[in-house]
Amino acid sequence: MKRYAVSAAFAALMALPAHAQIKPAITFDVGGKFDKSFNEAAYNGAEAFKKKTGIAYREFEIQNDAQREQALTRFARDGHSPIIAIGFSNGSALKKVAAEFPNVRFAIIDFVVDLPNVQSIVFKEHEGSYLVGLLAGQASKSGKVGFVGGMDIPLIRRFACGYAQGVKAGKASAEVFQNMTGTTGAAFNDPLKGGELARSQIARGADVIYHAAGNTGAGVLRAAADANILGIGVDSNQNGIHPGKVLTSMLKRVDVAVEKVLTDANTNQWKPGVTVLGLAEGGVDWAQDDNNKALITAEMRAAVEKASADIKSGAVKVHDYMSDQKCPVQ
Amino acid sequence: MESYLLALGILDSSTRLAVPLLCACLAGLYSERAGVVDIGLEGKMLGAAFASATTALATGSAMLGLMAGILVSLVLALVHGFACITQRGNQIVTGIAINVLVAGLTALLGHVWYNQGGRTPSLEGDARFNEITLPLADTLGAIPILGPFYAEVISGHALPVYLAFLAVPLTWYLLYRTRWGLRIRAVGENPAAVDTAGISVPRLRYSAVLACGLLCGIGGTYMAVAQAASFLPHMTAGKGFIALAALIFAKWRPVGALWACLLFGLLDATAIRLQGVTLPGIGEVPVQAIQALPYLLTVILLAGFVGRAIPPKASGIPYVKER
Repeated sequence: MKRYAVSAAFAALMALPAHAQIKPAITFDVGGKFDKSFNEAAYNGAEAFKKKTGIAYREFEIQNDAQREQALTRFARDGHSPIIAIGFSNGSALKKVAAEFPNVRFAIIDFVVDLPNVQSIVFKEHEGSYLVGLLAGQASKSGKVGFVGGMDIPLIRRFACGYAQGVKAGKASAEVFQNMTGTTGAAFNDPLKGGELARSQIARGADVIYHAAGNTGAGVLRAAADANILGIGVDSNQNGIHPGKVLTSMLKRVDVAVEKVLTDANTNQWKPGVTVLGLAEGGVDWAQDDNNKALITAEMRAAVEKASADIKSGAVKVHDYMSDQKCPVQ
Repeated sequence: MESYLLALGILDSSTRLAVPLLCACLAGLYSERAGVVDIGLEGKMLGAAFASATTALATGSAMLGLMAGILVSLVLALVHGFACITQRGNQIVTGIAINVLVAGLTALLGHVWYNQGGRTPSLEGDARFNEITLPLADTLGAIPILGPFYAEVISGHALPVYLAFLAVPLTWYLLYRTRWGLRIRAVGENPAAVDTAGISVPRLRYSAVLACGLLCGIGGTYMAVAQAASFLPHMTAGKGFIALAALIFAKWRPVGALWACLLFGLLDATAIRLQGVTLPGIGEVPVQAIQALPYLLTVILLAGFVGRAIPPKASGIPYVKER
């Protein structure tokens, strides 16, 4: 009888997790949670959630591709849920692991996995990039601006394309130099090469350079600051890295997204499916703070605010590179 | 004129990219010429990079950083020397052990100390080797052709760059014009003969290994304190091994080492700079083709142009005194 009661209590416990505290876990992508960019934004979101609720989370920083599936499987087996994978590179691993553990809730940033237990969160990076491009086009004196991407993939081309469209909107005659750092994931973690690419663009006359290259971008911003021209940050607010030398940053609110996944899971409002966060949803934006106040003139601010309102209302449509793998402007 | 400036830009960039290779290559040259194969160039550079970045960060002085980098590299060289010369251990195994140890240790310490995923915070101002503008760079820059070359390519680099390039003639002089150099070369070819002449083989080999450590220290410091202005885990990224390949290209000769490293630097710089540039007659070259270029050229050069490269005869063999 006693044994029966124990097992009944155990069964009741097992049925409870919906109301019990969640056990979240996060895997960060190559570059690590302190990359001052993409991963750090995710980390900040998770930390904000932890501070509000007191719920701790497990984390893992991916060092190489072989670890992706291992880490996710490990988290799932240890009973973690929701499990958030940061970055498109986790896509195939997450697809496999999520199918194996249908009762575990998963979320992935920057990639769409079509499974009933996965929430996929993607951003309209082209809209945010358009805004910083607009600022770059207006801030450039030489009429030449640069873009340094990380890995050469459609997602990064989407940044580049939105940026180029914005630059042309700011200054129709402007020239945009575009470079990609590499063709593997390591391209997001190579500041030396990022610096050399930026220097080569500076040598060709660029005086504003935008990067979408994670940790590689640290080298880009440094080269820009060394040459006394302007850089543009990405994902997190990077204006403070070289104050006065970073025009603005394209904010991609991965922090908000991560915090929302965790909060929703905690309050039982979590839903699988695709979430698209654009300018209208507050998913992307441009950064303004004390560090770049002097760099943004009233005229520039008015233009970017107008563009922002136009994109939100639908009056201006920013072309999405990933919709047809083409960019209307170069 | 514009294409000339583009070419100068590439040369300028290849000079910068060649420096760590050149340091490691000359370092390997000393060591192998004395008969000690050094696979651990990579590890020594990485150790120096970490030590120099942390010291420069703590003290705010790039020079102290350089000294710390050289010191750590010398210690690692002594470890290698102790295992290979005194204990007559396997030189390849020791070298790999140093690489693995340093790769793990630097990342771990960096992570614990700075909590930035193994990175050190960015070095600013005097904590970093800044670019030195050589005298008259501005005046001479006005002279056509040679002026811009002087101003762009020769002037405007950090201190370790000049140290590395000065090390080439110095190495040549030491190896071919001094008694020590003659003995070093002899000990790598026929240590028994050197021993018969009453000269200590271990002492000579230790001195070569220390010279190797010194140069690796400069190379590693350059990467962390000048080029990247911070330490990053695994930032040497195989340069120590490429340097070994360059050493074979160079047939274990200092001037050859200079050209081999400049060639590798040039290929790297070309790959970076030609991206997105429209070439006359060809149009815009695809990124992938450009990135494959260095590897393609390396294979072609290795297969066709190097000829026979004969290593020092006693390299890799521990010396055992016959009784």
